[in-house]
Amino acid sequence: MTAAVRRNGLGLVAWLAGIVFFLPIAWMALTSFHSEQDAATNPPSLTASLTLDGYREFFGTGGGASPWPALINSTVASVASTLLVLLLALPAAYALSIRRVRKWTDVLFFFLSTKMLPVVAGLLPIYLFAKNTGLLDNIWLLVLLHTSMNLPIAVWMMQSFLSEIPVAVIEAARVDGARLPTVLARVIAPIALPGIAATALICFIFSWNELLFARVLTGVVAETAPVFLTGFITSQGLFLAKVCAASLVVSLPVLAAGFAAQDKLVQGLSLGAVK
Amino acid sequence: MTATTTTPVTVAPARAVRQPSARLRAWATRAPLLPALIFMIAVTQLPFVATLVISFFDWNALYPDARRFTGLDNYRQVLTDADLRHSVWTTVLLTATVVLVSLVLGLVLALLLDRKFRGRGVVRTLLIAPFLIVPVAAALLWKHVLYNPEYGLLNGLLHYVGGPQPDWISRTPLLAVEASLVWQWTPFMMLILLAGLQSRDHEQIEAARVDGANDWQIFRHLTLPHLRRYLELGALLGSIYIVQNFDAVFTITSGGLGTANLPYTVYQSFYQAHENGLASAAGVLVVIGSIVIATFALRVVSSLFREEVARS
Repeated sequence: MTAAVRRNGLGLVAWLAGIVFFLPIAWMALTSFHSEQDAATNPPSLTASLTLDGYREFFGTGGGASPWPALINSTVASVASTLLVLLLALPAAYALSIRRVRKWTDVLFFFLSTKMLPVVAGLLPIYLFAKNTGLLDNIWLLVLLHTSMNLPIAVWMMQSFLSEIPVAVIEAARVDGARLPTVLARVIAPIALPGIAATALICFIFSWNELLFARVLTGVVAETAPVFLTGFITSQGLFLAKVCAASLVVSLPVLAAGFAAQDKLVQGLSLGAVK
Repeated sequence: MTATTTTPVTVAPARAVRQPSARLRAWATRAPLLPALIFMIAVTQLPFVATLVISFFDWNALYPDARRFTGLDNYRQVLTDADLRHSVWTTVLLTATVVLVSLVLGLVLALLLDRKFRGRGVVRTLLIAPFLIVPVAAALLWKHVLYNPEYGLLNGLLHYVGGPQPDWISRTPLLAVEASLVWQWTPFMMLILLAGLQSRDHEQIEAARVDGANDWQIFRHLTLPHLRRYLELGALLGSIYIVQNFDAVFTITSGGLGTANLPYTVYQSFYQAHENGLASAAGVLVVIGSIVIATFALRVVSSLFREEVARS
């Protein structure tokens, strides 16, 4: 076997693997555009005519609850918690990278260790607290919890991004008489901005995906999109196209954010340990 | 690394006049850190302490007046109750299977993607996609669209070759949950291992090749040792996330058919059975399990981290 044949052969295997992994998503997309009758055939109907009925059904024009409140709640929860995370993580990362506090590595590892505390460790007391203070089914409580879920990731990522800024550059700006706000805005921000954006996208994804807190702490008013999706757990007759449309619509923001952050995704997921 | 930042705390304490300002400056350095630190302690550590306290009480939310201190009774019950013990076992099995299988698949895919071929970027994107489907949506996709015995894609494909038409979820419930999780987590492992592969020393590999080493020898003696810590990192981070899995179990089997893992059991025992004390004891056990994994995870992360700090 010549080297060229083998190289092409392995390329082909890689393509095949990519297609196999993507197939369920492609099938989901195709089914979402089929009518319910065509979606539920065996063997599957590949060439059935396309329709937007599944999407119409999902958005509630065909009766049933509208997903809009849930989508809006999810947007509020993930955008607000991401902003709050950045607000808390940026100064913290500054104190852990540029102007370091003593024992900064210990502090960094404290943040990491909280990420390893499972959600169920504090779920019941949080639920009881919410029930007694009337915060149950309130989206802002979810914002706080999603913030706590993402803050360690953000601190770690941001710390590693800010550490990449050469101290000499900051010193030089100081020597030239620049004050702290100027240094932050003119020197640090431009270098750190891509990293901050990637961090924000990853926090957004985790918050948008989160189910356990949302399921326990929200019910009617503050229900998020994943909680709305749990309504599809039990079969409701012919509803495949609708389920596919729903799953795809709810996943779209995550797919968009994930592909936008692709290069930094691994760094975020490994809490900054891998670059 | 240049540690030129002035640490005012080290100023000699003898100069009493300078001390207040030194202390002030130390606090000024610390100040940006405090909001995040206090927030984390309040939202994650305090509730866990409360869980710990509740775990020593016999407390059913439906009978709040009968609440009383029972010591370790809840733990005894959790560890002797057949269902609960089974959920401990399910958690271990689910986590180990998903982590190992997705790690091996992720390694194969990372090796495939590490070489140049036409459309590599597209294939990478296709492979990452499963990780970017909302977990509940992914579980719904597997449950209804792939596994459904009557019109699911799996049986549809089997139909073409005249194969059997099994009811996947009721025949192999745990495997059904595991397969969907492997599909979602393989891309995660692949990304971490790909980063590991790309940080290899290419000169060393070239030198080995010049010396006549074949592909397998290079993989076995250079690549694999280099990847070891990335494999560990993937396994440990994967374990931390999958031990906590709730979405797939909740969606695909609703914890039935022997697939209830500890997080699901904790959820179920206080949210549906209102057994606050028992749920807390089970929660504490999940934490103990996580601490064991986390101790190793922290060690791996810190060794990679120190290397990073030393390099910069």
